Amino acid sequence: MGKKTINVDSLGELFHKIKSGGKRILAPVEKDGVILFGEVASYPEVATGYIQTVFSAKEAVLPRFEEILRFSSEGRDVVIEEESNKPVPTVVFGVRPCDAKSLSVIKAVFERDYPDIFVQSKIDSTTVIGLSCVNSDEYCFCTSVGGAPGDTAGSDLLLTRINDANYLAEIITEKGESIVSSAPELFSEAGNVDKDRHLAQVNRQFDLDELEKRLPALFESPLWAGQSLRCIGCGACSFVCPSCTCFDIQDETDGARGIRLRCWDSCGFAQFTLHTSGHNPRGVQSKRWRQRIMHKFSYQPGELGTAGCVGCGRCSRACPVDMNILQHIKDILEAR
Amino acid sequence: MLAKMRQKAKDLLSSGVVSTVIGYGEGSGNRVRALFIRKPDDADKLILDERCVQNLAVYLTKREVRALGRPAVVARVPVMRTIQQLMFEKQVAEGEVAVIGISPDSQVLDFPDLKSMAEYVSAIPFELSADEKAAVEKLEKMTAGERWNFWLDVLSGCSKCYACRQSCPLCYCERCTVECNQPQWVSVPSHGLGNLEWHIMRAMHLAGRCVNCGDCFRACPLEIPLNLLTQKIITDIADKFGGADEYALNAFKPDDKEDFIR
Amino acid sequence: MSEFEPKIIAFVCNWCTYAGADLTGTSRIKYASNVRIVRLPCTGRIDFMLLMKAFSRGADGVIVSGCHPNDCHYTSGNFHARRRWIVFKSLLDFMGIDVRRIHFAWVSAAEGAKWAEVVNSVVNDVRALGPYDGYKNLAPIAADWRIQDAG
Repeated sequence: MGKKTINVDSLGELFHKIKSGGKRILAPVEKDGVILFGEVASYPEVATGYIQTVFSAKEAVLPRFEEILRFSSEGRDVVIEEESNKPVPTVVFGVRPCDAKSLSVIKAVFERDYPDIFVQSKIDSTTVIGLSCVNSDEYCFCTSVGGAPGDTAGSDLLLTRINDANYLAEIITEKGESIVSSAPELFSEAGNVDKDRHLAQVNRQFDLDELEKRLPALFESPLWAGQSLRCIGCGACSFVCPSCTCFDIQDETDGARGIRLRCWDSCGFAQFTLHTSGHNPRGVQSKRWRQRIMHKFSYQPGELGTAGCVGCGRCSRACPVDMNILQHIKDILEAR
Repeated sequence: MLAKMRQKAKDLLSSGVVSTVIGYGEGSGNRVRALFIRKPDDADKLILDERCVQNLAVYLTKREVRALGRPAVVARVPVMRTIQQLMFEKQVAEGEVAVIGISPDSQVLDFPDLKSMAEYVSAIPFELSADEKAAVEKLEKMTAGERWNFWLDVLSGCSKCYACRQSCPLCYCERCTVECNQPQWVSVPSHGLGNLEWHIMRAMHLAGRCVNCGDCFRACPLEIPLNLLTQKIITDIADKFGGADEYALNAFKPDDKEDFIR
Repeated sequence: MSEFEPKIIAFVCNWCTYAGADLTGTSRIKYASNVRIVRLPCTGRIDFMLLMKAFSRGADGVIVSGCHPNDCHYTSGNFHARRRWIVFKSLLDFMGIDVRRIHFAWVSAAEGAKWAEVVNSVVNDVRALGPYDGYKNLAPIAADWRIQDAG
C-alpha cells in the first residue's frame, strides 16, 4: 500500500501518538538479562540488538492464561458471566517477520471448526509493527518454511533499518495505514530502496514440501526414539513457540463462585494425552516428540494449508538439552 | 583424561558390562548435549570440558533409556551425589548402573560398584560455593516485604513449562503433585498464586534431597534463580540438623532445635 | 465497619490436640470462636500443602498442633513433622510470606487450658495483623472478588 521512511528519532513521537490514540504498546524489553515482550510507556524502553525474544509475540493474542467466563450459583440457578475478557486495543512493536507470520497460523487454528472469539477479537484489535531482521543465528530457518527476514506477511507495518538514521516503513494493511496516518508528519516518501541489501542472510536448509511428503511413511520409524532419547519432556519448546496453540481449560472455584481459565499446555508433557482409564496413547517421550514434528509439518499443512512452524528457532534456543529442531528435520529428510 | 574416559567407555561397551554409555558430546552453537553411546567405536564422540555440567542422572529413571539395557553414566560429583540419593530412594539399585566418575580435578575414577562411589562422594564436603552463600545471604538480609516483592517479580515471568522439574533427576515422579487435581493442590495456570505455590512445592519436595547441581536454573528459559530456594534449604539443613548420611527430612533427632513451637 | 475477625484454620493431631480441644469444651473454658479445626491422624500427616491451601482459600492464620515430643501415637510422626516445619517455615520466610500467621504448638489431650490459650493468643496476634489478602489475591479469582465485595 506504500513505502515510507521514518527517522529513528521520530519513533518516540510515534509511540506517543499511538499511546494517546488509546492503544497499549507491547515491545521487546530487557528484564534481568532476557528479552521479552512487555508493555512500554515510551520508546526508550524498547530493547535493541537482540536476535529473538525468549517468548514470542503470540502472547498478545493467546496469553499464557486468560479468563473465559465466570460462574456463580445463586439459589438453584447458575449465573454465567462472559463479558470480562475483552481485548485491549494493542500495537505490538518490533515483531520479527517469523512471529508476524505465526499469527496467521494461530488465526487458522482458531478459525477451524468454530471461530474462537477470544483469539479472533484479540487478533482484530492488534496492530503488528514488524521489524525486519538484520541479524540471524544458526537456529534461524525462516526461509526453509516459507518466510524471510524481511517478509511482510502478518505485519501491518514493517520497518526495516536501511541506514543509521532511518527505517523503511512498508505499509501492508489498513491497520498499518492508520498508524502512519495518525502521524503523517513523521513519515517521508521512500524513494527507490533496495531493502534486501539490509536484511540478514538466512539460507534455505530444507525442502518443506518434501518433508511433508516424507513424514507419513515415517510414523513407525525408529528415528523418533533415537532423536528424543535426550528429550526430558518439558514444555519449554511449546511455550516459547510462536505457533503452538495447545491449551488447557481450568476451573478455579471459591465456594459457590468460580472462574474458567484457558492456559497454555504442551504435547511434550506426559499427562497431555493421559486418558481417565489410565491409558496413554503417547506414553513415552518418543511418541510425544513424533507428535510435535508430525503436527507441525504433516498434519497442519493438510488441515490448515500452512505448516505449524515459522522457523524462528526459539525451541532450539530454549531447549535445556539441545534438541535442535533444524538438525532433527535434516536427519528426518535423510532417513531411509 | 579424555582418552581415559573414552577408553573406559569402550571397554564397558565391548565387554558387554553395559549397553549404553551416557556422556557428553558436541551440540549446536557451542553447547554440549547428552550422548547415548551404543557402539564402542562411537565412544570417540564423547567429550569432557567445563561446559559438560548437565546432570545426566536425569536419564537413569527415564523409561526409554532404561529399556536400552544397563547404562554407564559419566558422572561429576553432583551426578554421583544424585545417584547416591537415587539409591537411597530405591530408584537405582547396585548393579543397575555403572559410573564413569570424574573427580573435581577432572581425573577419571574407577568404581567397582555404586557403594564405593557413594563412599567416595560422601567424603567430599557438600556445601554451597561462596557466591551461592552470598546470594542467599543477600536475600536473607532484606525485609520480608522486599523478599516478597523480589519473588513475585522473578516468578512473574514463569510460564510453568516445567523445564525445572523435568531437568531435575530427583523429580522422577511419574505423576507430580501439580498434576493431582482432586483436590487441585496447585493452580495450573501460571498466574501469581499458581507460580508461587509451584515453586514452594518444588523446593519443599527437594528439601534434603537436592544435590545443588544447578540444572533447574540452567534449564529455565527465563533464567529465574529458582535454585536460590533449594540453596536456602541446603543452608538451613546444614545449620540446623548438621550433616547426615541419609537425607535430612527422612531422619530426625529427638533434640532437634527450634524456637517457634509453643 | 465492624472489627476484623480473623479466620484461623487449625490442623491438629487426632490423638492429642483434638482430644485436648474437646477437653477445653467439656471443661467449659471459653475461647475465641475464630478457629476451624481440621483433624488429622498425626502431625506427620500435616502436609505443607494443607497450609498453603488454607491461605489460598482465605485463612488469615494457621495453627498446627500435635503431640509433645516423645508422645507420638506412631512413635516418631511429630519428630519428622518438626523437621519439616523448621525447613518449611524458614523457606516461607525466605520467600517473604508472612510467617507471623503460622503458629505451631504441642498440645496434649490433657491440656484443654493450653489449647484455649493458644487459640486466644493466635487470634489476638492475627487480628492485630489484619486480613491476609496478599497471598490469596495472587489468584485472579480471589483478587477480583475482593474488589467486587468491597464495591
